[in-house]
Order: sequence, then C-alpha cells, then structure tokens
Amino acid sequence: MPEQLLGDITKFLPEITLTVMFLVAICADLMFRKSPQIVAGITLTGLILSGAFVLNQSGMNESIFGNMIAVDPFAVFFKVIILMSAIFVIVFSLSSVELQTASRRLGEYYSLLGGLALGMMLMAGASNLLMMYLAIELSSVSSYILAGFTKEAPDSSEASLKYVIYGGLSSGLMLYGISIIYGLTGSLDIYEINHVLAQGSVSGSALAIAGILTLVGFGYKISAVPFHFWTPDVYEGSPITITAFLSVASKAGGFAVMIRFFKGVFIDPSATHLPEGMWASLSGFEWYHVVAAISVVTMTLGNLVALWQDNMKRLLAYSSIAHAGYMLMGVVVLSNEGLAAILVYFMVYLFMNLGAFYIVMVIANKTGSEDVEDYKGIGKRAPFLGVALTVFLISLTGLPPTAGFIGKLYLFAALLNSGWIWLAIVGALNSVISLYYYAKVLRNMYLRSEASEKKTEMIDIPRVQVATVLVLLVPVIALGLYFTPLVEMAQASVKMFGSP
Amino acid sequence: METWINNLASFIEWLPQVHLAHFLLLSAALFSLGVYAIITRRNAILLLMGIELVLNAANINLIAFSRYNGSLDGQTAAIFVIILAAAEAAVALAIVLNIFHRFSTVNVDEVSSLKE
Repeated sequence: MPEQLLGDITKFLPEITLTVMFLVAICADLMFRKSPQIVAGITLTGLILSGAFVLNQSGMNESIFGNMIAVDPFAVFFKVIILMSAIFVIVFSLSSVELQTASRRLGEYYSLLGGLALGMMLMAGASNLLMMYLAIELSSVSSYILAGFTKEAPDSSEASLKYVIYGGLSSGLMLYGISIIYGLTGSLDIYEINHVLAQGSVSGSALAIAGILTLVGFGYKISAVPFHFWTPDVYEGSPITITAFLSVASKAGGFAVMIRFFKGVFIDPSATHLPEGMWASLSGFEWYHVVAAISVVTMTLGNLVALWQDNMKRLLAYSSIAHAGYMLMGVVVLSNEGLAAILVYFMVYLFMNLGAFYIVMVIANKTGSEDVEDYKGIGKRAPFLGVALTVFLISLTGLPPTAGFIGKLYLFAALLNSGWIWLAIVGALNSVISLYYYAKVLRNMYLRSEASEKKTEMIDIPRVQVATVLVLLVPVIALGLYFTPLVEMAQASVKMFGSP
Repeated sequence: METWINNLASFIEWLPQVHLAHFLLLSAALFSLGVYAIITRRNAILLLMGIELVLNAANINLIAFSRYNGSLDGQTAAIFVIILAAAEAAVALAIVLNIFHRFSTVNVDEVSSLKE
C-alpha cells in the first residue's frame, strides 16, 4: 500500500507543483509587498513547470489514490487548456491598468490565480463524487475572491456577492444530489456507481432527481441556462483578466468534470452491439435528453440577449453562454466523435475568447471605457487592434477561414453523423443570430466615426502588448487553415480511464 | 375522521423506532427550509444561512446513508463538507462585509448597479 501511494504521488506532480508554488507565492508576497511582479514571476514559473509535468503525463491512462483522480489523456488535454489560459491571464494582468487600483494587494491576486488553476486541474481529473465536489469548491472559493478583487469598485463588490450566493446555492444542491446518489448506490466512486447502476436495481425516478440536482452544480460552472444568472453580472463587474479566465478555464474545468461524471456514471459499459466510438446510456435516467434541452435553451437565450448589450464585457459574457450551449451539443451526441469535437472547440475557443477579452482590456486601458458606443473610430485610431478584434469576432461567429469555423464544423459533423439533425439546425440558426451582434461591434469600429475632435488621435500600444495579441492571433488563423494536428490530438485525447 | 386518527396513531407508533427514513425526512425538511429561505429572503446574511441549511441537509443524508449502508465513505465526505462550508462562510462573510462598506446595506435587491 505505501509503495502504491508513493508511486501515485509521482503521477500527481503537476498538482503538487502548483500547491508548492501557491505556498511559496504567499510567503513571497509577505516579503516583497512592494513588488508584486516577483509573485507573478513565481506563479508563472510554477504554471510552466506544472505544464511540463502535465505534458510528461501524455499517454498515461491510470487512476491514482484509490480511484480518487484519473490521469488519462482526457484529463491531460483539459489540464493543458487550463494551464495555457492561466499563463495568458497572468501575462494580461501584468499590463492591466484596472488592477493597479489595488496594487498593494496584487501579490495575493497572483497567488490566488495559482490556487484557482489548481482547483480547475483537480476538476479535470476527479473521478470520485467527493473529489469532484471538493475540486469545484476549491476553484469557486478562489474565484469569489478574485471576482471582487478590485473591491474599491462597487461593480466588483456586487459581482462577488452575486457570485458567492449563486455559487453557494448551486454547490449545495449539487451536494444534496451527490448524497442521494450515494444513498442509492452505496458508493462515491464513479466506477463503482456505474457497476451498481448496471445491475438495474436502482429506482429510476430517484436517480433522475439526484442526477438533475448534480447537474445544477455543473451547469453553474459552465454557466448553462437556467443556472446562468450570475454570469453577466460577474463578467461585467470583475476585472477583465478574471472575466477572461473564468470564461475559458472555469468552463473547461466544468465541462471536464461534467463529461467525466456522465460518461463514468451513466454509460453502459457492456453495450457491444454499437459501432465503435458510440456509447449507450444506462436505462433509468436518459440524461442526454435533459442536456439537449439545456443546450438549446442556453445557446438561444445567450445569443438573443447578447443582441441588445452595449457593454463589451457583458456582450462577451452572453456570447460565452452561447458558446457553452454549442459545446453542450457535443455532450448530447454520445460518441467519441462528439467528445473530440468539444475538445477541438475548446482549444480554438481558448485563443479566440482570450484574444477578444485582451483587446477589450487594452482598449479600456487607453480609453477607460468598455462601451460598444466608444468603439467608434477604433478601426482608424488603432488599426492593428481593429484588425485583430475583427479576426477574433469572425472566429467567434464561426466563419471561415478562422479557427472558429473548424470548431463548429466538427461539432455539426458529429451531430449529423449521429442523427441529431434538428439540434444541428438550431445550432446553425444561432450562429447566424450571433453574427448580428458581433458585426455591430465591427460596424462601430470601422463605419462610424467619432464626432468630437478630441477622440481622433492615434492610440499607441506598447510592443509587448502587440506581441501578446500576435501570440493569440496567429493560432486563430493558423488553426483555421491547417487543423489536422489539432484534430488528431483531440481524437487521441477522448480516452478516459475505465471507459470502453 | 376515524381513519385519520388511526393513521396518526400508527405514525406516532412509528416515530420512536428510529429508521433510515427518519433521517431522510429530517434532511428533506432542512433542505426545503434552506431553499425556501434562499428564495424568499433578501438579506445577504439570511441567504447564507439558507445555504448552510442546504449543506447540512446533505450532510445528514451522507451520514445516515453511511450508517445504514455500512460504508465509511459518507462520514468522510461529511467531514470534508463541514470544513469546506466553514471556508466558504468565511469568504462569503468577508464579501458581505465589503458590500456593507460600499453600499451601507446587505439587502441583495438594493445592491444592483449592474443591470440587463
């Protein structure tokens, strides 16, 4: 047993690295209060080191600590996404003007970002209901604090209050659901639960109630309708860097834990009559109907409400709700193809969404405004930012030749191949609606000019920020033209421990 | 009327023989009260108390199932949940305190500068 544990510890290195980094960052913050850059450096080093250990795990397919955490290609893929977005967000934070209002506490900010990333990494691997709950709570508690980080701003305080109340309620409901599942099956381990459910002696209605209660917790993390109420307010009120991080990494963690829960618990492992790569759900609780309904409502509501938003952060918040809806379509498909499509979409979404948020931040640094109205003439005043934002928004809409098109293409292909034609049509219609509000921003940037003379001078951007935008911009175009490696990587990453 | 009294009598007889169902009833009652408090109350502190009720309802479930299923997983889980609930309450109260400093109120309906 002790040898077993020691062996497991070596497979837990990425998380251990982050934990150590978190503790060192806290101590460093106490010593170098005046220069938060040191803490940022430590966090960045920890994240990169942890990333190296994660890449080292590629190809592993094991379960560690008595089936608490799975180290499999699926978890590795999501960990890479989470770490990449954490690294980007730290780079963003270094050039944020908004965060300087709380410069004395910036050290805490960077160390908490590390803690948040740790919680999300655990979400990606958790394969025990208790572990899932703990990982979700770890990331939630850190993000409550970060959402209200610029606490002198009323918006930010309000955002964190709404976040903590919705978060507390949904995690409470989720825990109640978990406790019922535990009562029905006598275990918290997802493989064991699957085994008990496969015998078919568990009451279907009780299981459905417990499953839906548990879904509330996941739905809250990925901000799916009707658990999305916190999203617009929190995204608008929080510092932009945190909004960007929550919209990508938090969703990634939420999707990872939700997919593992549904696939681990409700998929029938003995179904052999199916073509390869397809799954069969255990009878009793047909969860994919629930997910399909949530997916349709999520993308439709996200897109429709985004139409009349006039704050960029709020607009991107509703757009991110809509994107969660698109990705949920992949969960409905019940096949490895659908899962691979979600992974492709996430990688693409990472670049395009972070890019859009970064440009909103750079423009807000200079103009002090996030209003869509204030984007008038930006195309002429800052040509580079204008072009980059155009590419990101086109990619978010899903038009070729950008990476967003590839993400949508694979999702729709997976839907059509497994006969969910009506869902694919709803998704396509939603993409058309989304074009309207993205195009509204483009119209303001290029076709409308600012009336007053004052606001016509050029905005000039530091070289470092141009470089950061380029790092995000190049993959969005490159992956749109040459996507085979990404798709192959995603197809190799759908394998989960303990699933056929 | 008579059947009603008979039912009541058998219910009273059933009560003292403690069973799994008793714990589940208690936890369901706590859960409903917690959700009710969250839906109806507008004071942030009372909302947090509602959340605590929901968490503790789940705890009762976990411990009762653990006792009657004969596995220890549920009790372990309950300990973790208690610790997490404390951590979450600490953060939540700090946030509420900050809200009180900014807005001089803890009524969640009055704290709304962010609108659709």
